[in-house]
Amino acid sequence: MSANKGLNLTLKVWRQKNQDDKGQMETYQVKDISTDSSFLEMMDILNEQLIAEDKEPVAFDHDCREGICGMCSMYINGEAHGPGRGITTCQLHMREFNDGDTIYIEPWRAKAFPVIKDLVVDRGAFDRIMAAGGFVSVNTSGNTQDANAIPIEKANADKAFDAATCIGCGACVASCKNASAMLFVSAKVSQFALLPQGQVEAAERVQNMVKVMDEEGFGNCSNTGACEVECPKGISLENIARMNREYLSASFKSEEV
Amino acid sequence: MSWMKQTFNSSIGRKFAMALSALFLMFFLLQHFAINFTSVFSEQVFNDLSHFMGTNPLVQFALQPILIFGVVYHFVMGFVLEAKNRNARAVKYAKNNGAANSTWFSRNMIYSGMVILLFLAVHFYDFWIPEISTKYIQGDMSGLLANGEFRYYEEMVEKFHDPIRTGIYVLAFVFLALHLMHGFQSAFQSVGARHNKYTPAIQKLGKLYAIVIPAGFIFIALFHHLTGH
Repeated sequence: MSANKGLNLTLKVWRQKNQDDKGQMETYQVKDISTDSSFLEMMDILNEQLIAEDKEPVAFDHDCREGICGMCSMYINGEAHGPGRGITTCQLHMREFNDGDTIYIEPWRAKAFPVIKDLVVDRGAFDRIMAAGGFVSVNTSGNTQDANAIPIEKANADKAFDAATCIGCGACVASCKNASAMLFVSAKVSQFALLPQGQVEAAERVQNMVKVMDEEGFGNCSNTGACEVECPKGISLENIARMNREYLSASFKSEEV
Repeated sequence: MSWMKQTFNSSIGRKFAMALSALFLMFFLLQHFAINFTSVFSEQVFNDLSHFMGTNPLVQFALQPILIFGVVYHFVMGFVLEAKNRNARAVKYAKNNGAANSTWFSRNMIYSGMVILLFLAVHFYDFWIPEISTKYIQGDMSGLLANGEFRYYEEMVEKFHDPIRTGIYVLAFVFLALHLMHGFQSAFQSVGARHNKYTPAIQKLGKLYAIVIPAGFIFIALFHHLTGH
């Protein structure tokens, strides 16, 4: 195997001091980046370089660095989590790029996700949507039924599991031309609506979650399908169709006038 | 009725209403095409059908108002949603690669829609306004010319003499095709009609509809332009 030649890259990175700062793109050069390094390692190298130059390092979100926590959130070269499918930013490797490339690195852009600093955005809107119904109420009376004792159709169990793999990273919102959160919300609605434990509160849940989603200022879905393509967990548009059905039937059937 | 207001002011409710109006408009377009197409092979059939559609009370006073409401709702809500969606992303990306994850038609529905709206203004000026004026202002419900023959075919053929008007119609139908390329299957998704077994067929049917119907309208316009007397 021949030795990897390092990449010399031009990075255009969004820099913004705080929520109130206007912010702008800054250009940086990084040299001799190994093609084996991950994108975030490349960002670490950039930050080492900036610190050595006595400059402010680039703030970005990251945690597990193995594609499961949903923290990393970069819009790279015009795509959420960069080029490549079914991966988060931390799973993106520098071998996807060529020597001499210019790489644009921006935060998620949505009114509902305000920039806190540089590439870090506040995704608290997702938490508030979850708090509005993304759970199953349980009592602590001590006689809760064992989940394994409830028969669930295999097809539904699989679909619920697929929906539940959503890590809430927000790539769907970032990719959507309308900054709509419907893929996220529909995954959360679906994972419960498909299971007997979740069905009791299904109607109330979908109405409350959609209400908060709308209040948070996300845009409207126009079925472009960009979210599904960019989603690191491959959440299907089928979930949005299910949420539409759940929401409409809940609205029409509800006893509230 | 506050539940209804709440439902149809929600993101999903609006999307549902957009889809319902779209489905109605696509059905309307199909019958409009079917009637227009008869003009290619039979002046008489076209005249008879036009007279029926133009004077039947059910068509005129039940379906026509629904159609007008559907058209107005669809474009007004289209603009409202576009404004809201633009507002949902105040700061744009410096670099955005939309082609990587979605079709051109789906991202530009507002532009294809605006061209169709402009076309509708021309089309209403050409046909609908003179029709309403003749029937309901001048009160002539006979549908006849001075020579005692039906006027519909003559009036239509005369309009397509003009190469500029014919050109505008042809161009508008191209944009209609682009709009339908995304719109047909999108309407089904919006009402929640998605199924592993049927959705691929709906998507194929949508593409077929989006090509065949506008191409058919283009054919009719060119046919009368080239063969008109």
